[in-house]
Amino acid sequence: MAVIETSQGPEWKRRTMRQQWYTWLGWLVGTAIVAFSFKLISDKTIWFFVTDAGTQAIDMASRMVPPKWSYMDTLWLPIWDTINIATIGTLMALVMAVPVAFLAARNTTPHPTVRAAALFIIVSSRSINSLIWALMLVAIIGPGVMAGIIAIALRSIGFCAKLLYESIEEIDAKQVEAVTATGAGRAQTLAYGVVPQILPAFAGISVFRWDINIRESTILGLVGAGGIGIQLDASISTLSWTQVSLILLVILGTVIVSEWVSAKVRHAII
Amino acid sequence: MTSTSPVNYPSTWKKPPLIESDLVRRGLWLGFAIYLALALGTIDVNWGRVAEGIPRGQKFLAAFFPPDITSRWDSILDGILESIWMTVISTVVGIALSVPFGLGAARNLAPRPVYLFCRAVIGISRTFPEVILAIFAVKLFGFGPFAGFIALSIGTIGFYAKLLAEDIEDMDPVQAEAIRSTGASWFQWVNYAVQPQVMPRMIGLAVYRLDINFRESAVVGIVGGGGIGATLLTAFDRYEFDSAAAILLIIIFIVMILEYSSGYLRKWVQ
Repeated sequence: MAVIETSQGPEWKRRTMRQQWYTWLGWLVGTAIVAFSFKLISDKTIWFFVTDAGTQAIDMASRMVPPKWSYMDTLWLPIWDTINIATIGTLMALVMAVPVAFLAARNTTPHPTVRAAALFIIVSSRSINSLIWALMLVAIIGPGVMAGIIAIALRSIGFCAKLLYESIEEIDAKQVEAVTATGAGRAQTLAYGVVPQILPAFAGISVFRWDINIRESTILGLVGAGGIGIQLDASISTLSWTQVSLILLVILGTVIVSEWVSAKVRHAII
Repeated sequence: MTSTSPVNYPSTWKKPPLIESDLVRRGLWLGFAIYLALALGTIDVNWGRVAEGIPRGQKFLAAFFPPDITSRWDSILDGILESIWMTVISTVVGIALSVPFGLGAARNLAPRPVYLFCRAVIGISRTFPEVILAIFAVKLFGFGPFAGFIALSIGTIGFYAKLLAEDIEDMDPVQAEAIRSTGASWFQWVNYAVQPQVMPRMIGLAVYRLDINFRESAVVGIVGGGGIGATLLTAFDRYEFDSAAAILLIIIFIVMILEYSSGYLRKWVQ
């Protein structure tokens, strides 16, 4: 905020002249970058298809209604598989994420090099999407639910470990000190000083990740890793749009239910 | 004189259980065990295939090393740049679109019909993973980065508008009332009372979303949405795993840079 003295007395302005110039410069550079990106994208776009999209959308929508309700019979097993991929994948991820988180937290790590290694595990697991993990795992252990579970697990380690180690770093040191003062060993200090403090956060993180994993596991089938994505892929490939719309409705329903469950559980815990 | 009998204090201490009721606790464990048994029972694992896959997996992993950046450098660079431009523009457009939806989805700002409509849009775009959005974008707009851009923009709306709306709902009403009492119009009110309160957090979230969009841009390519994902899929399909490893390392590297800079920027803004 700046007050500029003029002959008519002080005048109030939001920014000084210099700040104003920097703001404009920032906007100019930002706009230039966006315009440049758009040009590069538009060079690679066949605009005829884009202008045609409206008619295509109407056409596709008209082929999608009404959903083919009878197809539901074949969908129950894939839904069950999808939920299992998310649930078991999350459980496996949690089992692996807990030690990684303890190694990555500044106050529980045995050595800085160990911490760096743990942080690298976290970042690489987070940067590679579960679909890419699934792509690799299908090549190794073959298509099926198992590849999906492991893909979800590998992807979730980073997320869970990151949030968990942040909450370990934020714990109250006094309680840990009190437990240490009773003569507790290292493991006992962890069990009675640290773990009770992070348990609510842990539960929250698990449910949160489970909810995300339900969404992610719906697409793993596209690369052959089980779940409802297989049916989605097959239906799109055979252009059976009435089945596609039913699958989308089913995914919507599953996600809404899982969101409701996770909200309830989080509410009950915290 | 009455003699008080000595009270038998317990000499050992037991951790109090997390859930008070014994029945509920055991019931939950039992239900969980039954679910796990059922879920594991339905996973159809072809152990022969897994056993066969393990040496193949070793060969597969060995093929990743050493990562080979040079021999496919041109297409890798092309894919990376395409991903970056796609990320930039979809973040900008997505956030620009999420502002009206975010304002509309805040209960203290919008009338009820507008609120319900905006919440529905946000809910739907949040339900479907970017890859499913990308499948449909590719159907409508043709192959290439334009489809990826559309998918990521829609994904951004679901994420950003929801958080914006929640932030507006949590804002301090006193400041909002102060501005309103000066006789400000609705737009002035939003500009001077709402926007300054939510801005710091929103800038941080914008950078976070940029980070997410880059990661997602690596997978929309798998379904034809352009970007580094397309290059990665080609590398997998051609069994050029050393190039694939190089691409994965580059993705991890860029995500790490984004993550560090976003943490730095968020600290600077707040």
